Amino acid sequence: MPMTITEKILAEHAGREAVSPGELVQVDVDLALANDITAPLAIDVFDRLGAREVFDREKIALVPDHFVPNKDIESAQQVKVTREFARKHRIKHFFELGETGIEHVILPEKGLITPGDLIIGADSHTCTYGALGAFSAGVGSTDLGAILATGKTWLKVPATIKLVYEGELSPWVGGKDLILYTLGLLGVSGAVYHSLEFTGEVTEGLSMSQRFTMANMAVEAGAKNGIFEPDEITKEYMEERSDRSGNFLKSDLDACYENEFKIRVDDMEPQVALPHSPDNIRPISEVDPVVLDQVFLGSCTNGRLEDLRDAARLLEGRKVADGVRFIVIPGSPSIYREAIKEGIVETLLDVGAVIGPPCCGPCLGGHMGILAEGERALSTSNRNFVGRMGHPKSEVYLSSPVVAAASAVIGRIASPEDL
Amino acid sequence: MKIEGKVWMFGDHVDTDLIIPARYLNVSDKNELAKHCFADLRPEFIKEVGVGDIVVAGINFGCGSSREQAPLAMKTAGVGAVIAKSFARIFYRNAFNIGFPVLESEEVPEQVREGDSVSLDLSKGEIVGIEQDKHFYARPIPDFMRDILKAGGLVEYLKKR
Repeated sequence: MPMTITEKILAEHAGREAVSPGELVQVDVDLALANDITAPLAIDVFDRLGAREVFDREKIALVPDHFVPNKDIESAQQVKVTREFARKHRIKHFFELGETGIEHVILPEKGLITPGDLIIGADSHTCTYGALGAFSAGVGSTDLGAILATGKTWLKVPATIKLVYEGELSPWVGGKDLILYTLGLLGVSGAVYHSLEFTGEVTEGLSMSQRFTMANMAVEAGAKNGIFEPDEITKEYMEERSDRSGNFLKSDLDACYENEFKIRVDDMEPQVALPHSPDNIRPISEVDPVVLDQVFLGSCTNGRLEDLRDAARLLEGRKVADGVRFIVIPGSPSIYREAIKEGIVETLLDVGAVIGPPCCGPCLGGHMGILAEGERALSTSNRNFVGRMGHPKSEVYLSSPVVAAASAVIGRIASPEDL
Repeated sequence: MKIEGKVWMFGDHVDTDLIIPARYLNVSDKNELAKHCFADLRPEFIKEVGVGDIVVAGINFGCGSSREQAPLAMKTAGVGAVIAKSFARIFYRNAFNIGFPVLESEEVPEQVREGDSVSLDLSKGEIVGIEQDKHFYARPIPDFMRDILKAGGLVEYLKKR
């Protein structure tokens, strides 16, 4: 029976020859993930179930990243609960401050995910790992707590929507623009309970970094997972990071898709999501030159080295506009270190940016750059819901790192071409 | 299982940041979380919500973050159930897992209004608009999911078996 890559991974982890959309399957989990916000509730579930041992201490990752370095006593308590659980159960992949970064940045970076894996995380952006040709989906804390105990969970096999990107990308247009455009096309509920498969000649040329950005935002269309077929670029990325080679699966040519969208990219401009929804998309030429109070470069969507490098290249020798607070947060300690080595950090400091420690930062309005009433921010993150980054009467616009960099210098939402 | 209360109307795409903003997620205590339910969207909600009140909404309720604190805050605040045209995937799963009834209906969000009195019979999936004397039926839920609700959540359900 012909299958998509998502169906193949689910079939294999369910111990089945084949699966088809709509079926409920019980699957083995290769890696279970929780963060400082979701782990404490999951640990409570684990205890209430009466579980004594975790299913596999090497297949669990606990990553404090949302409110670290601990922003207040309550957050410190939450991380403490997580840390004590990790110690008690000798969890191999617990990331202490100094090693920790954004979960969806560091897990691939450390080689903990290989193509063909099945990853379940108590975080909606767990779908990021689809960039590596893995199946990964977000759940809540109760599901994750049960997985910590059993290593298994049940899933409904999603039908797949195929996205085919064709043509040639213009300068200043990349993965973030492709996914924002796609969200505008599908809407925030356009892929609920579905799998998104990113294909076409354009995706074949995308770096891993850009693929992570796209898979990361699959959930913004309501999707269960977003996935790329792994290829030479994936292989190269894996070779530097993991001893496991992974299972390089591809969708069968006659696999069944519920829907297919062909997207021509030749004339695509940089894309911006206007308040207050990630599907409220306009090409940059149609966006009002909104005056900005803050620009944030970072997050699990765009906190990788390539993102910082692209921004720094554009910003060399320039200055942040008066009145703009420019916050940059590298996604992991190794990205931070490399950004120092390459001179990116110095460039950004010269521009007038402030560099934060690896964490989720202001993306979810937790700390390190909260917005006041009436303030406007441009962010490279993934959500611009009401109150997402601070006061309920603040506004968040979403864009790529290069648009964010150009806007920080110009002081209003602007294209790199305006520099 | 019968639930009776007043209707609170919401629109489409109510995200989990609106149900409970992330800045309140530095604690896991459900009573603390409940205090901030719909804090930004409807600050009066937590002061006025009664036990058994029913949240009625449009499409894609609970989209965004996977935070289980969202259904947990609503349940602890006293909300008896959510009836929406559709739900976001993770929210739907989380709600059943913590024993919080969520039902899909195209009709109810069109027919009831803010403040209406509504009763809900979970075993039949029947919703009664008391003032209008109107009867609606939600999309049926599978038996095992109703058993999870009856048990009070996935943990209690698994322990019983």
